[in-house]
Amino acid sequence: MKSAVEIAEARANRWGHQLYAGRARAILERAFIALRSSTWVPIVTGFIEPVLYLLAFGYGMGELIGDVDSGRGTVDYAVFIAPGLLATSAMNGAIYDSTWNVFFKLNESKLYKGMLATPLGPLDVALGEITWALLRGLSYAIAFLAITAPLGLVPGVSAILAIPAAVFIAFGFASFGMAITSYFKTYQQMGMINIVLLPMFLFSGSLYPISVYPDWLEFLIQLFPSWHGIELVRDLWFGYWDSGTLLHLGYFCVMIVTGLYFTTRRLRNLFMR
Amino acid sequence: MPESLISARGLTKKYGDFTAVDAIDFDVAKGESFGLLGPNGAGKSTTMRIIAATSQRSSGTISILGRDPEEHGPQIRAHLGVVPQQDNLDGELTVSENLFIYGRYFGLSKKFIRNKIEELLDFAQLQDKRDAKVEALSGGMKRRLTIARALVSEPDILMLDEPTTGLDPQARHILWDRLFRLKETGVTLVITTHFMDEAEQLCDRLVVMDKGKIMAEGSPLELIKQYSTKEVLEVRFGSDRNKEVAPILREMCSRIEELPDRILMYVEDGEALLEAITAKKLHPTTSLVRRSSLEDVFLRLTGRSLIE
Amino acid sequence: MNSGIDVAKVRARGAAYVAEARIAQMMKWKGIIAIVAIGNPLFYLVAIGIGIGVLVNENSGTSGTGGVEYITFIAPALLASAALTGALDEAMFPVMEGFKWRKLFYAINSTPINPGQIVLGVFIGAIARVVFTVVCYWALLIAFGVVTVSQSWDVIPVTIFAAGAFAAVIMGVTASVKNEDYFMTVLNRMIIMPMFLFSGTFFPLSTMPIFLQPIGWISPLWHATELGRYFSYGYSISGIMLLVHFSYLIVMMIIGFKLANKKFAERLAK
Repeated sequence: MKSAVEIAEARANRWGHQLYAGRARAILERAFIALRSSTWVPIVTGFIEPVLYLLAFGYGMGELIGDVDSGRGTVDYAVFIAPGLLATSAMNGAIYDSTWNVFFKLNESKLYKGMLATPLGPLDVALGEITWALLRGLSYAIAFLAITAPLGLVPGVSAILAIPAAVFIAFGFASFGMAITSYFKTYQQMGMINIVLLPMFLFSGSLYPISVYPDWLEFLIQLFPSWHGIELVRDLWFGYWDSGTLLHLGYFCVMIVTGLYFTTRRLRNLFMR
Repeated sequence: MPESLISARGLTKKYGDFTAVDAIDFDVAKGESFGLLGPNGAGKSTTMRIIAATSQRSSGTISILGRDPEEHGPQIRAHLGVVPQQDNLDGELTVSENLFIYGRYFGLSKKFIRNKIEELLDFAQLQDKRDAKVEALSGGMKRRLTIARALVSEPDILMLDEPTTGLDPQARHILWDRLFRLKETGVTLVITTHFMDEAEQLCDRLVVMDKGKIMAEGSPLELIKQYSTKEVLEVRFGSDRNKEVAPILREMCSRIEELPDRILMYVEDGEALLEAITAKKLHPTTSLVRRSSLEDVFLRLTGRSLIE
Repeated sequence: MNSGIDVAKVRARGAAYVAEARIAQMMKWKGIIAIVAIGNPLFYLVAIGIGIGVLVNENSGTSGTGGVEYITFIAPALLASAALTGALDEAMFPVMEGFKWRKLFYAINSTPINPGQIVLGVFIGAIARVVFTVVCYWALLIAFGVVTVSQSWDVIPVTIFAAGAFAAVIMGVTASVKNEDYFMTVLNRMIIMPMFLFSGTFFPLSTMPIFLQPIGWISPLWHATELGRYFSYGYSISGIMLLVHFSYLIVMMIIGFKLANKKFAERLAK
């Protein structure tokens, strides 16, 4: 049996041992225990939001709209919005987990303070929390596909690729969200996050193609990460590949790398206030 | 000189222009119970955070178990059990889950922790609360759980920041009893407190801190001997008359302290002095003879009372 | 002893003092409240009103929306939903804060102010926020040329009234919840979100499958929306339905206040 001291000494001379104790899985383990004990209510009900949107817009709105040009062929309105809603909920979930959730555990419940009084480092906490958020996103994506397939909204088997795509874009938003949270100190600043998100999601083409807008606005929207996320998931949902798909993938690669870079750089500010 | 676990020289911490800890020196020996006594804002908690390797010093040196926390933070933290001033238990978990996951943060095996939990629940007298959520615990229970949690990794040094602040007298006594038992097992305790009775009860040796500086150092008894007299006579004449009689009392004893509500007189024999006062036909409304305490030491050193 | 406190005056104006404290609290968030009050309608009108409006118009013209442009159709609904969301914020958070987070209500209750006045004070605070939101929204609708001043001014008091009914109920319900772990999340996902989506906000309730329509019938937002359409652009409603919408909201407000008064008194007496 190894003691706590022996375990810590084993890493003493490794590069980065001040930041990372190699135990992100302990944070993940905590999340699973918490899930069993108490957090299952918000987590289990979490997948319901995109489903409600789908019911309301797909069936209610669909009556008024009929078919739309998805840019990958003309489809029923409900089929058009399904991948958009999947992408939106993946991104929203990742943003919540990496901003408000981190902010709360940092300032309100002081949970991270307790973790960091142990040999764990800030990178253990960050990696553990991000991984948990992604696992959660993964299960929502699977549930969403399982609900939409019997409703006839899934065009083909290739749509299964939309699941990893949803997790991928969630990763981009989670790493960026943490970086942003590291700069924020007050609830009012955090409130600004929600304000920026509203237009970003309303305009990013989850509910209608952005071709309805004038060129300048369309161009502006194409700069948003949310638009790339929705388009990427929509491409894969329809089994459609072109240079645009690669562009979306590239956009998120850059986002993940930049987000992780800033998050790592600001880890001490983020978790050791 | 016994082996020194913690050793600080010229330790300083600045936040901008504000100096929270101002060039302090101290040593903590293995197995001793070391106290930092001082009012709120004296720099005790900051010192604790530097020892716990969760805050970086501005200058000076500190070594914990022969190592620098700036270089070996994780290794040092593996030796420590930290009980913060504000409980930061995991509200989403039960009592036993809190202990379990904390052990996992140290990388301990599940089997080891499961056995340890039983021992710790006994120690903290929380056996019947093992499946309760943290929310449902009283303040005293939460504090005992936080201490139990800090012990899961079998630390060499237990750091307690204001361990009984906010607890009722009964809960305090239970907690002190638990800490005594720990001391007997050879754990080194580092305690901050602004309660003099707590410092007298728990600490073998302590430093008195004020405004980031160390004012005095020694065992409670030594400090009292050095900075105070054997006994203290407390007299009250009513808020208005206190001022009138103070000059007369000053003639009668070498040191007196005028507090807003009472006058303290430092002597070797309190009863004799009281008789002398009565003989002068100065009849205090109330009077009390007691032993000197650390409160008197603090008053002597800083001219202020510990709890304002 | 004269402490300078006029107990009779405090008793008489208790609710006003509580409301004043609530509004002072909101002022800490004034930047965000103002951005939300203006940004929300702007984004929704441009995104949904124009974006989806184009699709609706291409497909079915104005036949699905009772002969008016899509943006005109959703404008009063968005106004109502913004008003109700504002009411929700200012009715739910203060009650949680007052009883649990900062236990402010216990402090207020130890003055001559009584529980009923705390209820009324928080309510007035919520109404203040709603008035601000509704007026901003309406001004934007005028600016967009979606509605005209003379035809639609009366939508303002009607919408404020509906939001008030909702605020009262939320205060009552929030005060009834002892263990609020996840109360907000569950309320949001299981009540607020369906209410927002299935109350005929974005399309007539009648286009929904019949089994989903009852969600709208019990939702204050649907009643508020129908009234808003009637008063803003002359949407046709029978006299009986007008009566039903008003009565429903009045009953809701009465029940809400009764429940809030009862629960506040109970919890503060502990």
